[in-house]
Order: sequence, then C-alpha cells, then structure tokens
Amino acid sequence: MLGGEILILLYLVALFAGFVAPYGYERQDRDRFFHPPTWPRLSGLHLVVPRYEPGNGSFVYHAVTGDSKPIHFFVRGDKYKLFGLITATVHLFGTGDENYPVYLLGTDQFGRDVLSRLLYGSQISLSIGVIGILLSFTFGMMIGGISGYFSGWTDTVIMRLCELIMSIPALYLIISLRATFPPGMSSAQVYAMIIIILSFIGWASMARVIRGMTLSLREQQFVLAARALGQTHLKVIVRHILPNTFSYVIVAATLSVPYYILGEVVLSFLGVGIQEPSASWGNMLTAAQNTEYLRNYPWLLAPGAAIFITVLAFNFLGDGLRDAADTKS
Amino acid sequence: MWSFLFKRLLHMIPLLLGVSLLTFLLMSLAPGDYFTTLSQNPQISPETIAHLKARFHLDQPWYVQYCYWFKSVLQGDFGYSMAYKIPATSLIIGRLWNTFLLSFLALIIAWGIALPLGIWAAVRKDSWIDRGCSLFAFVGLSVPDVLLSLLALWFAASTGWFPVGGAQGALYDFMPPAQQFWDRTHHLILPAIVLAASDLAGIMRRMRSCLLDTLRAEYVTAARARGLGEGLVIYKHALRNAINPILTIFGYSLAGLLSGAFIVENIMAWPGLGRLTMEAFFAKDSYLVVDCVVMATGLLVIGNFIADLLLAWSDPRIRLK
Repeated sequence: MLGGEILILLYLVALFAGFVAPYGYERQDRDRFFHPPTWPRLSGLHLVVPRYEPGNGSFVYHAVTGDSKPIHFFVRGDKYKLFGLITATVHLFGTGDENYPVYLLGTDQFGRDVLSRLLYGSQISLSIGVIGILLSFTFGMMIGGISGYFSGWTDTVIMRLCELIMSIPALYLIISLRATFPPGMSSAQVYAMIIIILSFIGWASMARVIRGMTLSLREQQFVLAARALGQTHLKVIVRHILPNTFSYVIVAATLSVPYYILGEVVLSFLGVGIQEPSASWGNMLTAAQNTEYLRNYPWLLAPGAAIFITVLAFNFLGDGLRDAADTKS
Repeated sequence: MWSFLFKRLLHMIPLLLGVSLLTFLLMSLAPGDYFTTLSQNPQISPETIAHLKARFHLDQPWYVQYCYWFKSVLQGDFGYSMAYKIPATSLIIGRLWNTFLLSFLALIIAWGIALPLGIWAAVRKDSWIDRGCSLFAFVGLSVPDVLLSLLALWFAASTGWFPVGGAQGALYDFMPPAQQFWDRTHHLILPAIVLAASDLAGIMRRMRSCLLDTLRAEYVTAARARGLGEGLVIYKHALRNAINPILTIFGYSLAGLLSGAFIVENIMAWPGLGRLTMEAFFAKDSYLVVDCVVMATGLLVIGNFIADLLLAWSDPRIRLK
C-alpha cells in the first residue's frame, strides 16, 4: 500500500500548502524570471543556497561562488491563510533574505516560484478529484439503484441516457458543457463548474454497473424480507441494496480519481478552467506549451511530474484495494 | 449474423440523433453567440447583424434551429462556418480525415506492439521480461497524455528530428508527390506514437491477463497431456480463446483514443477535429462545435460497430444470439 502512503503525504502537504510553500503563489520576483532550480548544498552544519547572478541580457544565471546564505526552518515570509482561516507568516523553510531566494524548482515566466505554485495548485487539483468522485458516484449509485430496482420504462429511459452520455468522446462533451457557462467567473465559481462538468459525465458509467448489480441483488431474500417488513422502496435501495455494492464502488472510485484530476488539468491547460493568477497543475503546464520555454527552461514541466506521481499512487492504491476486495483468489 | 449487424446499425441512428440534440441544447444554453462580439463593433450596423442572425436562424428558438440544421445535414450540408467564412462541410471533412489518420495509425501501433508484448509476457510469466512489461505498463497507465505530448514536443524541439506541430511543411504545395507523402508521414509519426503510447499499456496488461486465464483452463492441460507442442498449445488453442475478451475492449480503447487525440491535437498542433472544436469553441461558432461533436461521436460509434463485427467474426456464440 505504498500508493496510500504517498497519497496521505500529498494530501497533507496540500492541506498545509501555505506553510510548506516558501513563497506566495502570486509573488513575483521581477529580477529573476526563469530562475533555474537552486539546489541547497551542505556547508558545515548548515544547508546553504548560493546567490545567483543573471548573465547579460538573456535569462541565464550563474551561481556566485562563496556567496551563500544558510536555510532556516520556520522563517517569516509572505502572508498566507492556513485552511483559508488563520492568517500566518511562518513558512517551513527559507533564507529570510530576498537576495538569496530558495527556488527549489525554479521560477516561471513571471518570476513566480514554481514549487510554491505547485503546492497551491495541488490544493485545487487534488481536491477536485475527490469531490468530483464523491458527487458523481453518489449520484450514479442512486440512479443506478433506482434504475435496476424498478426496471421497466424508468430503467429504459435512464439506460438510454447513460448510453448517450457515454457514446460522446469525453473531451468533446466536456467542451460542449463548458460552453454553457459564462466567461469571467470567479475562481470559486470555476472550481465548482469543473466539478459539475466532470460529475455530469462521470455518473453514467457508475450507474450502469450499479444497475447491473442491483438487478441481481433485488432477487435476493433479504430484499424480499425488507419489503415484507414494510420498508419503502427508497429505504430498501439505500439501506439494503447499495451497501452490497460498496466493495466494488470503493475500488472503482480509487481508480477513477485520476480521470477527474486529469479532467481539471486538461480544462485549465486549454485555458478554459482555473484562470491565472490562481495556480493549478493544468494552467501551470500551459507555459510549457511554448517550445522556446520548454527547450530552455525544462523545470516548467514539474507539474507534469506531480500529476504523474499522483496518478501512479492512485493506481497503486486501486490495484491494492482490488486485490484485497477480490475474495476469489 | 446479418440480423445482428442490421440491428446494431439501426441502433446507431437514434444515438446520433440524441447526441446532436443534446449538443444543440447545450450550445443554445451558451451565453452569447458569434455575433455578440460583432455587435460591439460600431462599424457594423445593428440591421446587418439582425440580417445575418436571421440568415443563420440564430434569432429562432433552439429547436427550430435544430430542425433547420437537421434538414441541411440530411442533404449532406453541415452548414456554414461563421468564423472561418467557408462551408463547414469542407472544413470538417479535412479535419475528420486528419483525426482519423492520427487515431488509425495510433491504433495500429498500439495494438501491433501491445498484443505480441502481452502474449510474450504471459508465456514467460514471472521472468524478467514479464516484470519489465508489468512495470512499463504501470508507468504507461499513469503518464497523462498532456505530459507525454509536452515531452514529445520538447523532444522534437530540442533534437530537430521531427517537425514541431502542423500536418504538413510550409513548402508542401511545391513538392513532388513522393516527397509530399514523406512530409505528411514525417508530421504524423510523433503525434501517433504519443497517442499510441497512452493506449498501449492497458491493452498489453489485458492481453497478458486474458492469456494467463486461458492457459489455466483444463483444455489446455488436456492439449498438453496429448503431447502437443508448446507452440501449438499456446497459439492454436489458448490464444484464440483469449482474443475474445480483448476484442471487447477494442471499442473502449477507441473512446480513449479519441479523447487522447483531442489532447494531442491541441498540444502538438495537429489540425484535427479536437483542435477545430477548440477553435470553434473560442470563436463561439456554435454550429461548428455541434458538427465536430457529432462527427467525433460518429467516428466512435462506427469504431464500436467494427468492434462488434470483429467480435461476431471471432466468436460464433455472439452471432447466434
């Protein structure tokens, strides 16, 4: 369950992003565009970062030998809000001196720290996956349960609708749905919009599987018993039938989270999701689409690596859960 | 067999109708249209805009628009692209062909590599080849298309071995046919490989597990007990049964391929349907967006139909149902 441990770490870091990030996500260092990653070195008992000086004209930097500052822990820096409530200025690490910045993953075309933006972006990218899954799977389970339980024309209508949604290639449908929202929304509205769009598409496949399971479950004796005891249809579905599908649902949910994360990434990447200056893994990668940037400043691909690690961890966890839930072997 | 195929074919019609209706409804819900930006231009009089709107039936409710659109589609006319100022049919056919080329080549690369590799891994179960393939599959499943496309772009830009974006070189029109063909292929290869790579891992894993399942079956043991050679047992008896479940994921893999193509086209500037959709989306050319979505769905539905055909061909039980 290495995947689970990585995910716990990622989500913890996302939760405390403001504290772990050395700088604010909007903070621009106008003297240091495309600053290369600074790697701390061990000097005596301290980790030190060298000072970088720009070469003439282009964005090329050289470390100045002998001129360095030690990294301190719990230093004061940019203001941020922990959990969106508590205002704080203490950061996990930093030099506390503006002339000796710690850019572990370099800076982007506006001189913003890539690592800090990556951490702030993880709050959006990681939470969209989980919230999206919760919403669409709850909805999908309810619809699937109703469809399988009542059968007849309810079932036919719902299943045709599912087929309709599933027969459109996902991204084409996502873009059509995106068109129905007005431009110029606030960050929070865009965030909600992405979740709504992704959930609108995601429930269909879940509903189909749950419907199939419900079809066989409703013939079982305990359902008959529940009915005989006078429980309502809704209660039978929610209390008796759906809990039997949980082991499948949990595995499927874990393996589906990556699709939601990638959905946000693609939308933001194409410029129709989270907008600048807010950070998300998708809109950070937009800068890397410029081949000139990409060739000279490859650290702009860092969000891609973060996505890869997250997806890998979810796949690991999902596979592990599947093996655990599979009682046959 | 024929009635099965006929039924599947007939099933496609309400589906495409439903898809076009749904996208039309969505586009009608979209705030503003192509003429919203034009109306802010003081040089264009409100009368002209009203006139143009009436010409494209944009002043009517969406279901009336849909009827007009549907009528012209039945006559093979996909309307007029307001943003490109040319008939949408010619625009779409070219882009559709590009997307088809890209997806088809990716399909061949992915399946051509994944099937032999999956079989190889299953036959040599637990060897270092199998382990290597599993690791590769796991990594491959987790690399997002976005990252892979960007890496390919980086590769193309820094080595200069492949052109960066586009479907043809700047001097394409002046080239002799053989060179034109090479130019097109040269532009196509890298996007196709990227697209194939994202699909490859899943198919390979599936092939391996299917073959392993059939190798455990009793008739395989029986075949071995009769003294048949290992090659005959695997390729004649086991593989032919293992291939059926693989064919069922063909349609599924196609859906992933088309969505993947959307990303690859937009990042690597391959002029296909996905890129056209984004361009039409930004220009608020709503009819063109509908056309693109319907076309992409059509591509997927036809692909699924072919998957059914293949399945019916390889598994007689389905034909008889």
